[in-house]
Amino acid sequence: MARTLSLPSKSKKTAAKKVVRLAAPKVVAKKASPKSLKPLKTKGPAQTGKKSPTKPITAKATAKAPTKAVAAPPKVTSSDFSSSPFNSSLKPAEKIGFLREMLRIRRFEQQALKYYNQGIMGGFLHLYNGQESVAVGTASLMNGHDEIITAYRDHGHALAVGMGMNECMAELFGKGTGCSKGKGGSMHFFAPDKHYWGGHGIVAGQTPLGLGLAFAIKYKQINGCAVAFLGDGAVNQGVFSECLNMAALWDLPIVYVIENNGYSMGTSLERSSAVNGSLAKRAEGFCVEWATCGGFDLYELRANLGAAMERARKESKPMVLEVSTYRYYGHSVADANTKKYRSPEEIDLYKSEHDPITLWQNQLLSEKVITQAGIEKIDDEAKAEAAAAAEFGIASPWPSEESIFEDIYHEVDHKTEAGQTGSFFFSE
Amino acid sequence: MPLITYRQALNDAFAEELTRDENVFLMGEEVAQYNGAYKVTEGLWKRFGSKRVIDTPISEAAFLGLGVGAAMMGLRPVVELMFWSFAYVGFDQIMNNAGCIRYMSGGLINVPMVIRGPANGGTNVGATHSHTPENFLANTPGLKVVCPATPYDAKGLMIASIRDNDTVCFMENTLLYGDLGEVPDGSYTIPLGVADVKREGLDVSLIAHGRAVLTCLAAAEILATEHGIEAEVVDLRSIRPLDEETILNSVAKTHRAVLVDENKPFCGVSAQIAALLAEHAFDDLDAPVLRVTALDAPAIYSMPLEKLQLPDAQAVVAKVLSSF
Repeated sequence: MARTLSLPSKSKKTAAKKVVRLAAPKVVAKKASPKSLKPLKTKGPAQTGKKSPTKPITAKATAKAPTKAVAAPPKVTSSDFSSSPFNSSLKPAEKIGFLREMLRIRRFEQQALKYYNQGIMGGFLHLYNGQESVAVGTASLMNGHDEIITAYRDHGHALAVGMGMNECMAELFGKGTGCSKGKGGSMHFFAPDKHYWGGHGIVAGQTPLGLGLAFAIKYKQINGCAVAFLGDGAVNQGVFSECLNMAALWDLPIVYVIENNGYSMGTSLERSSAVNGSLAKRAEGFCVEWATCGGFDLYELRANLGAAMERARKESKPMVLEVSTYRYYGHSVADANTKKYRSPEEIDLYKSEHDPITLWQNQLLSEKVITQAGIEKIDDEAKAEAAAAAEFGIASPWPSEESIFEDIYHEVDHKTEAGQTGSFFFSE
Repeated sequence: MPLITYRQALNDAFAEELTRDENVFLMGEEVAQYNGAYKVTEGLWKRFGSKRVIDTPISEAAFLGLGVGAAMMGLRPVVELMFWSFAYVGFDQIMNNAGCIRYMSGGLINVPMVIRGPANGGTNVGATHSHTPENFLANTPGLKVVCPATPYDAKGLMIASIRDNDTVCFMENTLLYGDLGEVPDGSYTIPLGVADVKREGLDVSLIAHGRAVLTCLAAAEILATEHGIEAEVVDLRSIRPLDEETILNSVAKTHRAVLVDENKPFCGVSAQIAALLAEHAFDDLDAPVLRVTALDAPAIYSMPLEKLQLPDAQAVVAKVLSSF
């Protein structure tokens, strides 16, 4: 089978596991390290360390993936991408703004985790810790006519597009002041006024909705594009393949961003997906251009995604961009995480060497855009805002009982003529 | 009034709505250049072009989901399923997305979409092409379900469905496409959730939707001429919203109810009507509520046996007589 060529041999896998268990994390980083992100090491610029790549995305040019799996993500130097056209004109205030947004997301989720662990907050809680750069980078590239949609790990995207911490936190608590009035929960945040279409709980179920956003953009001749996020597990759902075909067939302006954090719940990439170099490469089979990039560094993410979005807008063409990233917590907080499918050392490695917030802080310090004191101030503000949001959520009232029957039918809520005929609910 | 087919009535509804509202577009397998597998969209591609009438690949999940996404953005997709039986490969998009997004977003998002196509047995094509999923879909708060029996109703209900701001699952019938009926020229709407008494009578209420309405009308003629029983035929027209008032008024008048349904009996539409009558018409009834439904088995291929699986007028007559 051709595809097995790209996978490490069993003996290598075993060896890697042993090293993870026996050696110190630092050693792991250099030698064996996390096996989950192997297929992502395909990008020229990140690996070669070339300065200022003028074309961060060369689509099919990236197709030559290494047949041998590489371990840890390469160390990215932000300056590699800082002179990209999408980064070179960034103002200090914007750069600091990105840091603020990432810190807000992290502190928001850490507050949520606290109450979830106390049993005060229910539902599922799929934390975005470790992936913040992807949502913040994306939101920073939206032009006012772009539309985005994501799956159930949606807190980061929500805050990044400008949803308030209070409404989001209240939603997690199931309160009537929540962004979805307590009807959606963690997986279902929406803000159509901010071009954010959710927040969807079924894996890959959002991928054709994103296609519909792109279809509407093209139909209405809007100068925008759709960005639809999915995880590395979602690529194995059939509907995503259907979407790629239709996106190419109809030249729809959509960027599918695969946020590859290495695990679909507790199943690592290599145990869930037949991979030859990268997941994004599957797009080739549908005549859709594709690329991969690291998602840990904001400059790198913005350079690559910026180019993809620009192409979608200008040429009305789809693209798949696979972004390597990592989540620190389980699939949801309730999952077995390190007890079952990955090691604490692996997580520590990513936290210590690839944390997007730390990387960005160091970058801004080296650019002298901000001081350590300035960072701490922003962080303190984010913590205070998150704590206040939690208090707001806890203090907020539950939704009213009557609200159970609201927001089901537009015509009923708005008492239109169509909403006044017949019985919508049994024995109402 | 002009006499046109059920198929033409739908075609006229599409043409009028495509002309009226540029946000309306038709999409589905073979709807454009092929003119529709059942010719319901015949001529529309030629007249309105590829932007408005769109052939899709065989990818129900993706094009149903595309319809939901486009509807969220304010377009009004009319998505054809060649058979409603094919909805099952895209069920996630209908149930979880079209059906739940409004609720889960706290009312921030609407999904003004029509999903349409034939949903019927009786055409000798086996179980996988003979499903009648109106009960599944009506079981989902957030969706509406419409099943017209006549050309007049088909046009008025389709125009109302396209203009509706929620997702409407519109179920046609391949056996009815060629039926002729009087349909006025020009646009008109029939509100969803308003049943139609297709025949008045004092002795028994026959309650049905879709093609079963015609079965009831035929049975009512036999009952009147051969048995002196005047049956009232209530055409539900839409399953959700449901016109409970018309059903209950009819039963209060006749004191008997026979439910006729090409849907399966187990948790089917007729089971829902029976529950309604048990709860709200118990004191009005002089006899138990009886049902004539599709037999509780997958649709069989063999032609003579398949005929036995669906309600016919004689079966309805026999059931009515058993209640006296």
